[in-house]
Amino acid sequence: MASYSTNEFRGGLKLLLDNEPCAIIENEFVKPGKGQAFNRVKLRNLRSGRVIERTFKSGESVEAADVVELDLQYLWADGNDWHFMHEESFEQYAVGERIVGEAVKFLKEQDICTATLWNGEPISITPPNHVVLRVAQTDPGIRGDTATGATKPATLETGAVVRVPLFVERGELLKVDTRTGEYVSRVKE
Amino acid sequence: MIDAAEWRPGAARAVLKARAAILATIRTFFDERGIVEVETPCLAAAPATDPHIQSLRVATTLGSRTQTLYLQSSPEFAMKRLLAAGCGPIYQITRAFRDGEVGRYHNVEFTILEWYRPGFDHRRLMAETASLLVELTGLCHWRARRYADVFRAYAGLDFNASRHELVRAALEKTGVAHHALADMRRADLLDLLFAHAVQPNLDGLCMVYDFPACQCALARIYPAPNPVAARFEGFINGVEIANGYHELTDSAEQRARMVDDLAERRRLGLPAVPMDERLLAALAAGLPDTAGVAVGVDRIVQLALNAGSLDDVIAFSSARSCAP
Repeated sequence: MASYSTNEFRGGLKLLLDNEPCAIIENEFVKPGKGQAFNRVKLRNLRSGRVIERTFKSGESVEAADVVELDLQYLWADGNDWHFMHEESFEQYAVGERIVGEAVKFLKEQDICTATLWNGEPISITPPNHVVLRVAQTDPGIRGDTATGATKPATLETGAVVRVPLFVERGELLKVDTRTGEYVSRVKE
Repeated sequence: MIDAAEWRPGAARAVLKARAAILATIRTFFDERGIVEVETPCLAAAPATDPHIQSLRVATTLGSRTQTLYLQSSPEFAMKRLLAAGCGPIYQITRAFRDGEVGRYHNVEFTILEWYRPGFDHRRLMAETASLLVELTGLCHWRARRYADVFRAYAGLDFNASRHELVRAALEKTGVAHHALADMRRADLLDLLFAHAVQPNLDGLCMVYDFPACQCALARIYPAPNPVAARFEGFINGVEIANGYHELTDSAEQRARMVDDLAERRRLGLPAVPMDERLLAALAAGLPDTAGVAVGVDRIVQLALNAGSLDDVIAFSSARSCAP
């Protein structure tokens, strides 16, 4: 199995710690003038999303995690799993609810998502930064109210609920930022 | 291809001016005290033997002979030879080099200030070092604290604690894996705990003195009842900035410590290095009773200007001059 020495550490590097795949967020070189050198490292557990801190003796080797990111097209959900496909290899992946997680609120058929695979198995799904979704339900719009800054909740076709300006009507298409869950703009059909 | 972002300096013009002002203040400080500026070579046949300092090797051709030389990790050995020759109080601002040291507070090549005060002990030099640091950084005051006291206060145990107790404390406080602690010496475990548990608590300008005997480096050891190394370090907001000793003058003891260093280097699988016989000869001839200290100049500029990284205060850091 491949491994990395501490002097190869950098942001984004994927390591296997306590049998969990992790990505380096921050790597700090610590060395007293007359003492042993260390790397103080902040990592994100790629399965749980939790951030942990570890210290390694400089020169120590740490096992690499076989983690890759792939662009996959979202196909459909069958009630148990969400199905994705790689557009070039046509390989399909069935992903369970626990792994789809919060992304489920923004999954629209045919959108290209980023899947993180560990040992060939998906461990997380990230929707595109911006998605365009139709408003399934909201209070009737107040025409022309573009200045007050007041908002109301709107339920989108995927089930996501976002705060939208008062002028937004049911049936309209909205652009939403999936990282913040916030309304960006209306989209013309 | 070198793109536009890469040829530019890391330090802005205003930073370079502040840096020049700091260098000028240092020179005035020593001038006023009658301490003479000297220059010694960066290249030498023998480097520091300290197992945690890796000197850069340089292959040279002298006459018809090829020889491995070393870039100095500090000007200490050469300056001690000047002291043994009777040159009195001296200081030097020069470049030092340490392989593999790159980070927010590290650069492979760095500017070091070192000075020696015949007749001083480490506490008297510690006070002089603090007054220079106050002048350079604009901090209003400083504190002196014994190593034993800060270690007990923040690492939670006595620095004479057993190896087993140190390992247990390190596991709890540092997040280093057990297998990595297993082959570390007492001195290295103390260092680890100091860096992770003590240093972050040293606010402002803090001078720490009287180190554990196993961390004597090139300091003399004051004898019983509780032997301590006559060493001090200066910290600014937890960042190590100065390291000083009441210098070891005993040539036989110095040789024994170097032999220990070489044994530890072998144990760690590090390259063997020659011992500096010229230094040992100078000590044998007689080094006057003296204290000496080394100060990281780039870090002073960084901390005085509140800069995030050394890269912001060095015209061209290693990343801007050495990356392929």
